[in-house]
Amino acid sequence: MDFSIASILMLDGFTNGAVYALLGLATVLVFTVTRVIFIPQGEFVAYGALTLAMLQAGKVPGTVWLLMILATVASLMECWSRWHHDHNLLSGIKAALRMWIPPMLIALLTWWSATQNFSMLIQALLSVAVVATFGPLVYRIAYQSLESATPLVLLIVSVGVHFAMTGFGLLVFGAEGFRNPSFLDQSWSFGPLTISGQVFIIFLIALIMILVLWLFFERTLFGKALRATAVNRTGARLMGISTHAAGQFTFLLAAGIGAVSGLLIGPTTTVFYDSGFLIGLKGFVAAVVAGLSSYPGALIGALFVGVVESFGSFWASAFKEVIVFTMILPVLLWRSIRSGHSDEEH
Amino acid sequence: MRRWLLLFALVPLVAVLPLPDYWIFQLNYIGLYALTSMGLVLLTGVSGLTSFGQAAFVGIGAYTTAWLTLNLGWSPWLTLWVGLGLTFISALVVGMITLRMSGHYLPLATIAWGLSLYYLMGNLDALGKYYGLLGLQSLSIGSFDIGQGRPFFVLTWLILLAAALCMSQLLDSRAGRAIRSLKNGTQMAEAMGINTFRYKVTAFVMAALLASVAGWLLAHFQRTVNPSAFGLKMGIEYLFMAVVGGVGYIWGAVVGAGLIKLMDDYLQVLLPKLIGTSGSYEVIVFGVVLVLVLKYMPDGLWSLVSRYMPRRDRKVDWADADHLPETHKPQRGELLLDVQDVRKQFGGLVAVNDIRFQIKAGEIVGLIGPNGAGKSTTFNLITGVLPLTSGAVKFRGDTISGLPSREILRKGMARTFQHVKMIPDMTVLENVAMGGYSRGHTGVLSGMLGTNRKEEQRLFKLAQQQLERIGIGHTMHEQAGNLAMGQQRLMEIARALCADPALLLLDEPAAGLRHKEKQGLADVLRQLQSEGVSILLVEHDMDLVMQVCDKLVVMEFGTLLLEGTPKEIQESPVVRAAYLGTEH
Repeated sequence: MDFSIASILMLDGFTNGAVYALLGLATVLVFTVTRVIFIPQGEFVAYGALTLAMLQAGKVPGTVWLLMILATVASLMECWSRWHHDHNLLSGIKAALRMWIPPMLIALLTWWSATQNFSMLIQALLSVAVVATFGPLVYRIAYQSLESATPLVLLIVSVGVHFAMTGFGLLVFGAEGFRNPSFLDQSWSFGPLTISGQVFIIFLIALIMILVLWLFFERTLFGKALRATAVNRTGARLMGISTHAAGQFTFLLAAGIGAVSGLLIGPTTTVFYDSGFLIGLKGFVAAVVAGLSSYPGALIGALFVGVVESFGSFWASAFKEVIVFTMILPVLLWRSIRSGHSDEEH
Repeated sequence: MRRWLLLFALVPLVAVLPLPDYWIFQLNYIGLYALTSMGLVLLTGVSGLTSFGQAAFVGIGAYTTAWLTLNLGWSPWLTLWVGLGLTFISALVVGMITLRMSGHYLPLATIAWGLSLYYLMGNLDALGKYYGLLGLQSLSIGSFDIGQGRPFFVLTWLILLAAALCMSQLLDSRAGRAIRSLKNGTQMAEAMGINTFRYKVTAFVMAALLASVAGWLLAHFQRTVNPSAFGLKMGIEYLFMAVVGGVGYIWGAVVGAGLIKLMDDYLQVLLPKLIGTSGSYEVIVFGVVLVLVLKYMPDGLWSLVSRYMPRRDRKVDWADADHLPETHKPQRGELLLDVQDVRKQFGGLVAVNDIRFQIKAGEIVGLIGPNGAGKSTTFNLITGVLPLTSGAVKFRGDTISGLPSREILRKGMARTFQHVKMIPDMTVLENVAMGGYSRGHTGVLSGMLGTNRKEEQRLFKLAQQQLERIGIGHTMHEQAGNLAMGQQRLMEIARALCADPALLLLDEPAAGLRHKEKQGLADVLRQLQSEGVSILLVEHDMDLVMQVCDKLVVMEFGTLLLEGTPKEIQESPVVRAAYLGTEH
């Protein structure tokens, strides 16, 4: 290996690492606010990439139908629980409509746009909108009534959601894989390195999103409210912060981040309905490096995972997954030595 | 035991019934899956940990026997043990690394570990890559071929029943109660002298070993191994079986395995027909069912059955059991506890500021002070729950600061908790018997094999005696969670007494007690004192404190305000000011 190969591998690693970083951030975000270990994060990646692929092909993406179904189920649940809570059917119907109308509008808009041959940017925005909307619905349907359950139960729910979402992915997209066209066809050369437009966009978007997330949590009241929910749910509730709303919003963010990640990697690899899982899990390894609690930690962890993966695939390509996922063991060992004993849970 | 014999006898009986071969075939799979999920019952339902790596351990068992029998021609009866050995080592490593940290790291680590093992099996030439290894022999005893049909059914289900028997015996033993305590946090268990980390690792390793046996059986049943049976999806399905069947019950694993296997077969045929293309659509149903079960039937299907099973009181067969050996008690007046300038800082906040006091053997000392004075923190510093910032605690001449609380207990200092900590679904007697943990010796193995009867009887006799001593002997067969608050506190005292302590630390024992019960408690404390037990009491009930204590230590804002006899304290203007404020 000489310097040029090493620098190409580094670039490759950082590119993938940037996407893993986004997913790792989403994982940390979801865990800190809701204590859900969100295994299905990767599913949104595949949904995002494949929704765009369908729109590109001028077809109505199957996610549109799925979105309509989920929206209906979620609003029925909302109606039922609100009706029971207020003893008032009208307030139940109102709550249900609030839950039902936005996803339906997005679904209908996307349906209509499928045949309009819009520019790729608009299609990309629509894809993100569709997939991000899944977030709150998934939270409403699967997690909301279990908010106070242990992380263990929530984790098992996550596994159930992962199963269901993979199956639905197969149902609406089929078993065929797609590769999206690049957003930017230019490329720049620096010595042995060639930076393609897509790589540039990956870095740019990842950086912007990380910055926006940081600003959101540090500088806005709502972001701080979410952090408060993460620290103490009961306390947050007493301060007038709705844990339902916090959870749904967090899932909106997570799904949106997932969709964007899907668009970013879509042009660099062929995406199948189940590709998201492995990609998401690598983001996960990054989040675990950060102890599921630190955003900068997740970023560094993700870049590290990306680099290990790219060097791993150069030296022993068949074993790159083995290397990446075995890496979690020494990382955990290091964390357990550093953190000492776990604290008592009350 | 009669019921178990009946169950064992049922297995060969089923085998000779004229069942269609298809059902025997299905039952074989169900038995194998149930064996693996039974490990998850121990791990998830009993200990509160979760693993998605069961399938990976099945894989280790299967690949070990496949490779060794094919390449080296070893007998399967030998390779079983090699597989178990390899599983033991890998489970030990994974467990040791992850189980020190909070609960959700184990599932994460097992996901990663399951994936990497899957890709390893799928990429190694020696293991046949994704095609796997073909042409294994089936199991045989001498020249008798066990094959794939009825004899295999008998073997698998006898192993399954043996595993179930061992596990149910284990859960009702000294070690088993320690494992059952893991789910409710580690503080109480550690205070009873239990090394919770060791038991977590033990539960994880045992679950892995069960999976490994299932893998060995599976390899010789299918006569081929390939990675897909050991991937993460399968690991998740095993957990799914346990959860649906009832993760808290041994038989839940069997019910779950049966249901999922049949559902799987049915849906794999039905769904592609409905949808029109082939594909594994059954995961949608599985996912949805899993979420629904967790929402609406979190205890699984077996809970419907167990609800109607009569709960019998434990048979009292320990009347003639020996007493457990007593520890060496200090002489009256000997310096017992020496708290030397202990200090605890949380960041900039000094919660306990250089507190010093002493307890002599035979004394009852009360630690009092207004809310937030740092009494409970001091308590936790003495018992090793919190580390000291500076200072030292000496007990009978030995420095105990820095020791974990389980070591401190063994030196003769037992405690209760401000918020009662117990295992609500165990009986009062079993909860109290946990207090005697440090005085027993039998381990996991003798628990499983049931060779621990003598010690069990001694422990239960001890527990009953302590309950009677404290005046709630009549509650011993109740579920601990059903007791009233005051009785739960008394139960905690009985549990602490089982450890035969020289010093008993009681954190607000009178909270929630009625007047009569308080009088009873005061009598008990004085009786204990007369038997040579010293007591440190944190309490808000001044009547009780003034009645029983020889000496009082008053704290305010983390500092020591005053030390003296109850009379001196009552007359002190400083103490009055601390509690009631001063006129300006």
